[in-house]
Amino acid sequence: MDLDSVFRAEYGRCVATLTRMLGDIGLAEDAVQDAFAVAVHKWDEPPPNPGAWIVTTARNRAIDRLRRESTREARHAQALLLHHPKEPEEGGPVRDDQLRMIFTCCHPALSPLAQTALTLRLLGGLEVAEIARAYLVPEATVAQRIVRAKKKIRDAGIPYRVPEAAELPDRLTSVLTVLYLVFNEGYTSTSGELLRTDLCLEAVRLARALAELMPDEPEVIGLLALLLLTEARRPARVGPSGELVVLAEQDRSLWNRELIAEGHELVRRCLRRAQPGPYQLQAAINAVHTDGPATDWAQVLALYDQLLQHTPTPIVALNRAVAVAELHGPAPALAAIDELDLPGYHLLPATRADLLARLGRTADAIAAYDEAITLATNDTERTFLETRRARLELEA
Amino acid sequence: MKQYLLAVQFDESAPAPSATELQEQMARTGKVTDEMRAAGSWVFVGGLLPSHATTVIRPGNGTTTMTDGPFAETKEQLGGFWVIRCDDLDQALSWAEKCALACGCPIEVRPFEDAQGG
Repeated sequence: MDLDSVFRAEYGRCVATLTRMLGDIGLAEDAVQDAFAVAVHKWDEPPPNPGAWIVTTARNRAIDRLRRESTREARHAQALLLHHPKEPEEGGPVRDDQLRMIFTCCHPALSPLAQTALTLRLLGGLEVAEIARAYLVPEATVAQRIVRAKKKIRDAGIPYRVPEAAELPDRLTSVLTVLYLVFNEGYTSTSGELLRTDLCLEAVRLARALAELMPDEPEVIGLLALLLLTEARRPARVGPSGELVVLAEQDRSLWNRELIAEGHELVRRCLRRAQPGPYQLQAAINAVHTDGPATDWAQVLALYDQLLQHTPTPIVALNRAVAVAELHGPAPALAAIDELDLPGYHLLPATRADLLARLGRTADAIAAYDEAITLATNDTERTFLETRRARLELEA
Repeated sequence: MKQYLLAVQFDESAPAPSATELQEQMARTGKVTDEMRAAGSWVFVGGLLPSHATTVIRPGNGTTTMTDGPFAETKEQLGGFWVIRCDDLDQALSWAEKCALACGCPIEVRPFEDAQGG
């Protein structure tokens, strides 16, 4: 394991723990970065527990740094460190620094973009550029939102704790969105390799912790089921030479049966409650995909119709069109996505290209693939699109 | 402990409430203030007269000029405010929710620059 992968894996955990120790996110980030700078010089090989090493070093660095400074914040943070050297004060029912961090980052007093950007940066260790691509917004906007959000957390006194039972349901919506987006970033990374397994596992881990905390919230269970059923297919998603394999062509024997069984059980639990929401519906769609030897597209389309009523977004409409194509052919699907407006989103022209190709409109399909290839930011997806395009040119 | 300003954003263009409505509103906000006192969060409360009674003094060239009316001629004006003392924003926000429901106006929550006494 090299330093980069240690950074990826441990940054979020370390910042969350140091924030609890220091009482300030900015100080925590500085301390963790200091510790990684020390690691660059000291490590020939990462120690057996690199996270613990980083936390200890960051803590010592923070004490040194705070002793040199005499600001009020510094004295406060130093006092916190000396009085609570190891054990956190329990502010909520869950003993987990990262969960505490996610509720702070997803505080409703912060704007939605700031919430997710902050969570991806602080818990996922993502770079600003990666977050900007994931959100289709300029890098400078993301950077500014993160700075402002951290300042607001500190200045307005947004607490670093899991909310009390009475406040929990209200706080949930934004937390669910954030976990969903973290998983998606891991499942289809915005750059480089297709998968960022660490992010997928992290999102699943946080979703599990959340489901333990809130077992009576159907959407929490729905999100966990959705992530498990998607995660279960990950081993089949990339072929032997690292290429993208679409659902229809995946080797189903590679799917993780244990996760699928767990996901199906959770979906059944949701159905019994009969309080459907967007995550439960998406989980149900994925339960259909992973049930039996082939997908029952009529069921999938019925579920997408329901989902579109709950969340009438262009992305849901685009995914629904894929089910329309499977059931009723490419022409009505093409008509359904004709009006969609998703600037910068490569999957819209990619879907259009596939439908056009199926209709035999090769030249139009190639043009749509070109558009999708320009917009795709992930190498594996780009290669996939280029392969499809090349195949069409051979046929033409 | 931190201090927060809970500022009432009053819409001066809205039709004036009836005497009974006004009395009920005063009773509701008074009850919230009493709750704040009992919880040890209360620092100050005050209702303000509308902007017709407002005057602005501006500095310039070592002297001042005086104009009639508030800073900005908008329909939303500061209608009154609470100053409260509490541990964190969540506590301030839950007081603000009670204030908003009691007075029927939006409440802006702003932390004071320095938490007194830490």
